[in-house]
Amino acid sequence: MATEAVAGQAPQRISLLRVLGPAHVWALGVGIVLVGEFMGWNFSVGKGGAMGSLIACWIIGLLYTCVAMIDSEVTSTVAAAGGQYAQAKHIIGPLMAFNVGLYLVMAYTMLEAADALVVGDLLAAVAGELGHDSLHTEPFVVLTIAVLAWLNYRGVFATLTVNFVITAAAFLSIVILFVGVQPWKPGEMLQHRELLTDLPYGWIGVIAAFQFGIWYYLGIEGTCQAAEEVRSPARSLPYGTMSGIITLLIAASLTWYIASGLLPWEYLGQAATPLYDAARVTGSTYLQVFLFVGTIFSAIASANGCINDASRSWFSMGRDRYMPLWFGAVHPRYRTPYRAILFLIPIAVSFAFTGLLDQVITFSILSGLLGYTFMPINMWMFRKKWPLDTIRRGYVHPFHPLPAAVLLALCVATYFATFLGYGAQLLAMMAFYIVASLWFAFHRYKYVRRGDQFSMPWPKPRGY
Amino acid sequence: MDYWNILEYGAWAISFVLFGWMLLDAFRVNRDFEEEVLTSSREGELELVTEKHDID
Repeated sequence: MATEAVAGQAPQRISLLRVLGPAHVWALGVGIVLVGEFMGWNFSVGKGGAMGSLIACWIIGLLYTCVAMIDSEVTSTVAAAGGQYAQAKHIIGPLMAFNVGLYLVMAYTMLEAADALVVGDLLAAVAGELGHDSLHTEPFVVLTIAVLAWLNYRGVFATLTVNFVITAAAFLSIVILFVGVQPWKPGEMLQHRELLTDLPYGWIGVIAAFQFGIWYYLGIEGTCQAAEEVRSPARSLPYGTMSGIITLLIAASLTWYIASGLLPWEYLGQAATPLYDAARVTGSTYLQVFLFVGTIFSAIASANGCINDASRSWFSMGRDRYMPLWFGAVHPRYRTPYRAILFLIPIAVSFAFTGLLDQVITFSILSGLLGYTFMPINMWMFRKKWPLDTIRRGYVHPFHPLPAAVLLALCVATYFATFLGYGAQLLAMMAFYIVASLWFAFHRYKYVRRGDQFSMPWPKPRGY
Repeated sequence: MDYWNILEYGAWAISFVLFGWMLLDAFRVNRDFEEEVLTSSREGELELVTEKHDID
């Protein structure tokens, strides 16, 4: 069926489909993150002890609460695919937008690869327990990416409905474990009094724990990528994002409480699957099964959301010609950014085939952190250029500029924490983005049609 | 060859079928639709028809 433009008529437009509600936004944000409760966060225990990890959990929780507040205000106004990329384009400028877009694509594609690796490793562990010691993980890693990419290719509604179901199931498994360890009977199963110690490495250990405290919440900012596909951006995005961060704060606190009451910090600090291990300690087969299913579901939900978000970022950069326009295509039937989805598949598979889970995740976290550092600057400029009385917002966050200032201060502290543990990777990543910026400024930017990228019906910014 | 080996081959096979399906579909769409139509999406279309950004 060829669609041909009739002479004298504007060609038919194909846009992303506006079918999502607040529950899908919640599923996108929490779905990407929740795997961090099942694994990863516990390395903060290795850095700062159990109490250090709890401090990191709440301080980094504050960082992400600021992220959620700022994102809710800006994205409910800049309701475009690409999320923070689109925000940076409208509020700061092209070079920042290019960098933020690249942070998003790299962070989500690498996290997707890491999630697929986790699914493969979990299946290999099951095969090992059932007597098959040499399961090859590669086919299951590729299968995970293939099925989820296919789902994303076929439509956003089904993709995020699936994410809602499996994310809710994974969250429920944490709640079931919490009830299963009988928190109303301290000392019976939970042994906090015996297991909790002072800070083993002092306050510097607590600072070092910030880097892995990010695991509790990394990816909640991904809700913004749904901006162009929600039915009512002004309502759905703030609801979905704020309920998402509340869910994660609860899940993070429950996770820490359960694991630190069942496992000694020396073990917890290096465990691969701390919540599953906690379920094993209880001796309950039901809890083990629930937590195994929860772990698998959380990894799949995370990879699914990452494919959605990375492709939207890449698509919007293509649409604005920050990348070749070819990537800005929408599927005429499924109404998805199908070329961006296809293009990112081999990149995710390549990252996954390196097998370097910790390096891939570190790069993902650092890319995310760079994105958070841009947000306070973005927020200040947004309120300055378009004050509250000039543009209608879906949500106005309170106490401005306090959240932006707190976010910036916590980002600086987390950079320091990252430098303590992964200084070389931090510098390598900075070098990568500097080279990419030079490429954009001196080569790619000449292809960008500067007027075409600003199609929002906004008033002129104050002072222009 | 045990059960797990069969699962490994099955995973490869399903993956190739899905990748093949997506590539074939993308090829058909690229062939059947004009590039101008496929890349016609613009941000802010909803805002153009429904949102009022002037504060009354």
